[in-house]
Amino acid sequence: MADEKIPRRDFLKTAGAGAAGAALATSAGMARAPEAAAAAAPAAQAEPEVWLALTPTEQAFVKAAVDTLIPADELTPSGSDCGLAVFIDRQLAGGFGNGARLYRSGPFLPAKPELGYQLALSPREFFRAGIVATNEWTTKTYGKEFDRLTPAQQEEAMKALESGKAQFNGGFTSAFFFDNFLQLTMEGFFADPMYGGNRDKVAWKMIGFPGLPASYREEIKTYFNKKYDKGPLSIADFS
Amino acid sequence: MVTVLKETDAVVIGMGWTGSILSRELTKAGLHVVGLERGAMRTPREDFTIPQIRDELKYSSRHELFQDTAMETVTLRHNTRETALPIRRLGSFLPGNNVGGAGSHWNGATWRRLEADYLVRSHYTQKYGAKVIPADMTVQDFGVTFAEMEPFYDKFEKLCGISGQAGNLRGQKIAGGNVFEGPRSNPYPNKPLARNVAASLFEDACRKLGYHPFPQPSANASEAYTNPEGATMGQCVYCGFCERYGCESNAKASPNVNILPVLLPDPRFELRTHAYVKKLNYDARAKKVKSVTYIDTRSGEEYEQPAGLVILGAYVFNNTLLMLYSGIGTPYDPATGRGTVGKNYCYQYTGSGVTVFFDDKETNPFMAAGAFGSVIDDFNSDNFDHSGLGFIGGGHISAGLSNGRPIETRAVPPGTPRWGKAWKTATAKYYRRWFTVAGTACNYAYRDNYLDLDPTYKDAIGRPLLRMTFNFKENDYKIGAFLSQKSAEIARAMNPTIMTPPRYRDGDYDARPYQSTHNTGGTIMGADPRTSVVNKYLQSWDASNLFIMGASTFPQNQSYNPTGPLGALAYWSANAIVNTYLKNPGPLLHA
Repeated sequence: MADEKIPRRDFLKTAGAGAAGAALATSAGMARAPEAAAAAAPAAQAEPEVWLALTPTEQAFVKAAVDTLIPADELTPSGSDCGLAVFIDRQLAGGFGNGARLYRSGPFLPAKPELGYQLALSPREFFRAGIVATNEWTTKTYGKEFDRLTPAQQEEAMKALESGKAQFNGGFTSAFFFDNFLQLTMEGFFADPMYGGNRDKVAWKMIGFPGLPASYREEIKTYFNKKYDKGPLSIADFS
Repeated sequence: MVTVLKETDAVVIGMGWTGSILSRELTKAGLHVVGLERGAMRTPREDFTIPQIRDELKYSSRHELFQDTAMETVTLRHNTRETALPIRRLGSFLPGNNVGGAGSHWNGATWRRLEADYLVRSHYTQKYGAKVIPADMTVQDFGVTFAEMEPFYDKFEKLCGISGQAGNLRGQKIAGGNVFEGPRSNPYPNKPLARNVAASLFEDACRKLGYHPFPQPSANASEAYTNPEGATMGQCVYCGFCERYGCESNAKASPNVNILPVLLPDPRFELRTHAYVKKLNYDARAKKVKSVTYIDTRSGEEYEQPAGLVILGAYVFNNTLLMLYSGIGTPYDPATGRGTVGKNYCYQYTGSGVTVFFDDKETNPFMAAGAFGSVIDDFNSDNFDHSGLGFIGGGHISAGLSNGRPIETRAVPPGTPRWGKAWKTATAKYYRRWFTVAGTACNYAYRDNYLDLDPTYKDAIGRPLLRMTFNFKENDYKIGAFLSQKSAEIARAMNPTIMTPPRYRDGDYDARPYQSTHNTGGTIMGADPRTSVVNKYLQSWDASNLFIMGASTFPQNQSYNPTGPLGALAYWSANAIVNTYLKNPGPLLHA
C-alpha cells in the first residue's frame, strides 16, 4: 500500500536536485538560451499536484519499480527522482494510455508473440492489470506488495517478472508485462524532459546525447572521432 | 446519400511521391487534376519546425506521422493454415499518412536497381539453369529493362537533388562509386555527404578485403540545391532526426519540399485533404474506372468523383485493397496459382550482421543523416557467383547508424542486463562508441506469400482489412547466414573492442520490431496479363484508364530501398500517359 509514502519529502528532495541541475547546465556554457533554460526549470517539478491516472497503490508500485530499473548511483538519481513515475502517470492518462493508434476491434484471440499486442485492454487498463498481478504474485511469494519489499527482494522479483518465472493468471505473462513496463520506463528516461521524465536531462547527460542542437554541419567534420561535450539542450531550452 | 461531383480530367489517389509526380506531369500536360489525400495538409513551415520536430517520444514512439492503426491496419498470418490477426499497433513497418505520405518522413536512401534486378527469372535461368529457382518461388521479370528506366532515374535524382558518387558514367567505371551499377547518363546532382567514423572504418576494412565501398546515395542534400522544378533544398545539418520526422532544413527531399510548392499554386490542380477513397467504381463492360467514391473524414459525407483518368498512388496496402474491394481484376489464389491481384507480396530481409563496440573511438551517433554512411554491393544481386550457394539474390552491406536518438538507438555489449546499475554503466560507456555492420537483403516472391481480403476484421468504414499471408523462406535464411558472415569478416578487420556473434533473422516473420517500410507487390507489373496486374507502363490490364503507381507494382523486392525505383517508374509511366495514352486513350499494349 502507499500509505507509508511521504510525497512531500520526495517533492523537496527532487526540487532541490532540479535547481542544482539547472545551475550546472547554465555554468556549463549553454550561452545559447540561458533565459530559456531558467524558464524551463519550473517544468522540472517533482510530483504533480494531482495524479492523473495512477491510484495510490499504482503510484507506490510505479515508483518502486522505476527505482529498481533505474537505481540511484553516481550517474543519475533514482527513476522516480528522474520523474519517471510522473511520466508514466501522464502517458497512461493521455492518448497513448487510452488506446490512441491501437486497433481495438475484436475478436481478440490468443496469438503467437510475433503478431504483437492482441489484448482487448487499453494500455492504461493493461498496466493496471499488470500491477495487480505483480502485487498478487509478490504477496504470495514474499508476503508483501512489491513496493514494501526490500531493494534486494525488489530486484529479485523484477528478475522473476523479466524471465516469466512469476506466474500471472489473466491473459498475459509476467515477462510480457515486464517488457512493456521496461519500454515505457525507458521512453520516460530518454524522452525530452517536457514529458516529466529525464528531469534536468539527467539521462542525456549520462550518455552524452546533446539533445537537439540546430546544426552539426561543421561539427560532423571538426568532431570526427572526438568527444562532443556540448549541451544537452531540450525543447524547452529552445522555446 | 452520395454527392456526385463534376467530372475531372484526372483523379489522383494519394499525395505521396508518386501521386505528387503524376499530378505535376499531368497538369503540365494541360489536364485538370483532382488530388485526393486521406490525411491532412502538412507543410515544412507549419509542421516540421524546430524545436518541436525534435521530439522522439511523439514522432518515433507514438507514431505521429504514420497511418492510424485505430482506423485501418492489416491482418497477418504466417501460412494459409493459420487464422490471421490484426497488427494492432505498428511495428515492423510504418506506412505514412497526410500530404507527402511516407515521402515526408523517410530516411532518404535512393537507389537505382541493378540491370539484372529487372530480369530476375530470365537472368538466373540463363546463367545457372532453371533449377536454381525453387519450384514455389514465383519471381518474374519486370517487363522493363534498366536501359529503359535510366532516363527516368536521372529525372528523379535531379528532382530530389541526390547526393552520391557515380560508379559507372556512360560505361566508364569510377573507383569510389558503385562499380556494379548500370551505366548512368549523368553524375549525381550533389556530391556525397560527409563521412563519419563508422563509414571511414568500414571503407578501410572493405578495401583491405578487396571489396568496393561507396557512399550511400542519399536524398539528404550535401549542399543547397535548386531542382529543375525550381524548388529549393537546404543543406543537410546532420541532426540525426530524419526517418519518422519531417526535415526543418528542407534538406531531405520530399513531395512537400520538391514538388508541392510548384504544384499547389497551379490552377489546374485541386488538392482535397481528408478525402479517404473507399472504392473505385468499375465498368467491367467498358473496362474502365468511371469514378472514385471517397469519404470526407471530417463529416463522414460520401462523394463520387467521375474522372477520365484514374491514378492509384496510395501505399502498397491500399492500392491492393482498393483493387480487391472494387472487384477489378482476378484475386490471386495460392492453391491454383491463378489470378493476379494480391500476388507476389514481398518484404525486406534486414539485419544480417554484427554490432561492434570501440573503447578507443568516439562515433558520435547523434551526428547523422538518414541515408548516410558507406556501402558495398559486392554480395548483392548477381554481382558474385551463386554457383553452389543454394540461394539466389543477395544484399548490400553497410556500416553506421542513421541517428543517435536514445529511446530507439542504444546498444550494450552482449551479456549486459537490460536494466539496473550494470545496464546504466554499460549504456553510459558505449552509447557513443558503437555501430552496426549489417546486410539488407532482397526478399523474393513465393507462391503462398500473398495479400487478400480478411474474412473477419474490418476497417473504420466497414471494409475488410487487407490480409497478409507471409513468412520468410529458406532463400532468405541462407542469404542471412551468408551476409552475416561477410559482415563479421568486415567488422573483424576494423579491430573492434567487442563484437557480437554474427546474427540474422532465422525465425518466423516478426511484426513487432521495426525492419523496414519496404512492403512490395500485390498489383505487380509484367508482360503477361495472366501473371501481372499492370503492364510495363503501369496501366491496368483490366481498366485502360487506370494506372497504378508505387512499390505494389514490383514483382519481387531487391535489397534496395524502393523509393528510387518507384520514383523512376512514376516518371516512366507519366511519360507514356502524356506522350502516348492521352493521344489515343485505350490499352497501350494488347495481350
